[in-house]
Amino acid sequence: MCAWRRLHRNVRTLRGCFTHGSLNCTAVTQWQPDRCGGLTFCQKLSTGGALRNDFLNELKAQMAAMKKKAADGLPSSNWMPFEINPNLPPETADIVIVGGGVMGWSIAYWLKQKEKFSKKMRVLVVERDPTYSQASTVLSAGGIRQQFSLLENIHLSLESADFMRNINEHLSVVNEDPVDLQFNQSGYLFLASEEVAHIMEQNYNTQRCAGAKVSLFSPQQVKEKFPWINTEGVALASYGLENEGWFDPWSLLNAFRRKAMSMGVIQCFGEVADFRHVKQVLMTKNGEQIDMKTIKSVKVQMLNSLEYQPVECALVVNAAGAFSGKLAKMVGIGLGPKDSLAGFSVPVEPRKRYVYVVHCPDGPGLDSPFLIDYSGVYFRREGLGGNYICGVSPEEAEEPDTSNLEVDHQFFEDKVWPKLANRVPAFEKLKVTSAWAGFYDYNTFDQNGIIGIHPLINNMYFATGFSGHGLQQSPAVGRAVAELILDGEFKTLDLSGLSFRRILTQEPMLEQNIV
Amino acid sequence: MFVLHGLLLEVAVMSAPLISLHRCCQRAAVLLVARRHWGSSSASPPSLVSRSLDFLARRFYDVEALLNWKSRIGKDQLRKKNFYYGYTHKLYGPDIASAYYILNLGGGFRFVGQSEWFRADSRGKFNWDFLNYKDTPVEEVDMSHTIINYVGLSNLERQPLRTLKVQGCPEVDDWFLAGLHKFQDSLEELDISHCPRITVGGLAALRNLRLKHLNVSSLPRISSPGLVIILLEEMLPQCRITAHGYDLSQPQVGGEKPEERLEAEG
Repeated sequence: MCAWRRLHRNVRTLRGCFTHGSLNCTAVTQWQPDRCGGLTFCQKLSTGGALRNDFLNELKAQMAAMKKKAADGLPSSNWMPFEINPNLPPETADIVIVGGGVMGWSIAYWLKQKEKFSKKMRVLVVERDPTYSQASTVLSAGGIRQQFSLLENIHLSLESADFMRNINEHLSVVNEDPVDLQFNQSGYLFLASEEVAHIMEQNYNTQRCAGAKVSLFSPQQVKEKFPWINTEGVALASYGLENEGWFDPWSLLNAFRRKAMSMGVIQCFGEVADFRHVKQVLMTKNGEQIDMKTIKSVKVQMLNSLEYQPVECALVVNAAGAFSGKLAKMVGIGLGPKDSLAGFSVPVEPRKRYVYVVHCPDGPGLDSPFLIDYSGVYFRREGLGGNYICGVSPEEAEEPDTSNLEVDHQFFEDKVWPKLANRVPAFEKLKVTSAWAGFYDYNTFDQNGIIGIHPLINNMYFATGFSGHGLQQSPAVGRAVAELILDGEFKTLDLSGLSFRRILTQEPMLEQNIV
Repeated sequence: MFVLHGLLLEVAVMSAPLISLHRCCQRAAVLLVARRHWGSSSASPPSLVSRSLDFLARRFYDVEALLNWKSRIGKDQLRKKNFYYGYTHKLYGPDIASAYYILNLGGGFRFVGQSEWFRADSRGKFNWDFLNYKDTPVEEVDMSHTIINYVGLSNLERQPLRTLKVQGCPEVDDWFLAGLHKFQDSLEELDISHCPRITVGGLAALRNLRLKHLNVSSLPRISSPGLVIILLEEMLPQCRITAHGYDLSQPQVGGEKPEERLEAEG
């Protein structure tokens, strides 16, 4: 009954539109009675089609609303008299992963992949920025290489490359498009001067023993293979033949996220404001007091709102990237007396790095690798139109301010362009088309990742501090953390060298090839 | 008799029913493996059968389970055919193992110093005469329209290949091209036309090889073929590049008169 009333009301309003001349019509509209006795709208207007559709669409919408109301009245509906924000996380979860970058989603995927009974574990990923505008993952240059000096790093990269080669076996979802990483198989070329050539040779031996396909070139061979390089000052070069190159980090992140969510991982956009923990005081042999903390719940604050939800959890994984140090301070890591275990803070802080997009019409072609000079300047090809991405890591003393992601263009003129033009003469004529800045989750201790449980907190796992090579190691690290959580120990790769222990005993595992 | 025993063991390991189904599966395997990837990347719309199967799979768990089982069998067959033939390698040496691998997948090859080609026929049967040529490496390989992939390339590792033809192989992708660096000293001719998975990123890997002839015709996933062909020619100056099957009449990004350059190259 009410539907018919609404129908008549619509008809009247439409007729009203016509008589008020809101439409530019030439023909007269007429209401013709049809065979069944109802009214039909016969019109000869060119805009009439849209109007009729409008009317029918509104009718359809109202019928759908009626059906929904009726369905809500049935016992099996979710209707509640008061409105609940649907974006709130659940009240309890088994594992809360703080940080929705590629590391967090990789851990979520592997946790679900390895769980023994499907859908028995509730994993929640909390990310504070739905647009990922400041996330290090999407602002990364996207390269993957095996040319590291530390054995663990080489193995992590190799395993990640294996994962990416078979990515559709791992991350394809039924009835969705296959994953396309847009992987460029171009390889990295590291150039070494006289002083560091012996280090490069040592690294080459380590890399070959670990199974990386790398080869050493003399300056003449470099000139032969890449005639556009100026080999002045180069004593030795190391080139990756396979499993090296660059890809699209956003595709990888979305692939992990899509697959993990299809397996039941819950995503929540909110900020972790606080942790509620219980403390247990232990005494060592020397009479020292140690506070062991166990996190009981995580307070997740909704974005731009005062609403929050305390999520009770069993484990927390800190994959917050550049902001992991800040997160750890919320639990009290680093706030104890300086000479005790509790005084050691998580040594991860954000460091801003600039990436400049330049256009050079006569630059190196399809064969240009990801070139890294011994001065630290790097560049790689981007697409097929003569665009390149370049940058350099600033000196320790000249680290830019990390309160924002503004780009300093003078830095390019002073620090990047001269060395780049020296190495590749074609780059003397180039134009900067665009630039962006991103944070490294810089490990100030030894620039390598921290993977493992914290000694003073029973249930917080860390997967952070990768200082610029987190994206390329994310699949393997995700698997390692999932093994640590579910099996209690590392099964495929032994990463105990990258645990917290080295920070507490102050024994750095330095990586010499950090770009 | 004993000579055949070892090879038959290898065959038995690969599961006998598959061999009997080899005839009907040889072409079907190509379709099974490439199943359900008809998102935005396919050239032709899916057939009525696949669409109706998909419709049913969305509504019935048993149909979904059957289809998953079918695709898993296809993947298993792919994996089994391409794994490293360690047993044959141990018994007969690397050359015979590579030769056996090539014939098993339905390809053809030519030994160094011989002029006749050994091939498997359309039903998968082949002549066992190749066993007589001990310690002769393989020089030219034609694996067109087979299911060779990156893992299978490890079976050809120690051969000084001069010619490799993988025309129309559905499993040859960019990682396969990067893996070809093992043959950088000897490979002179490469044919990767009609491979549906190769993109520009993989073509960049060809810079490690010293090719004299390269055929990159009709690669469906290359978006601006004229530009890519020009960049390839710049990258490999000593190489003759053949690239048919592209519609270059549309305006290309940055490519000037690509048709005329192609005609000059041949």
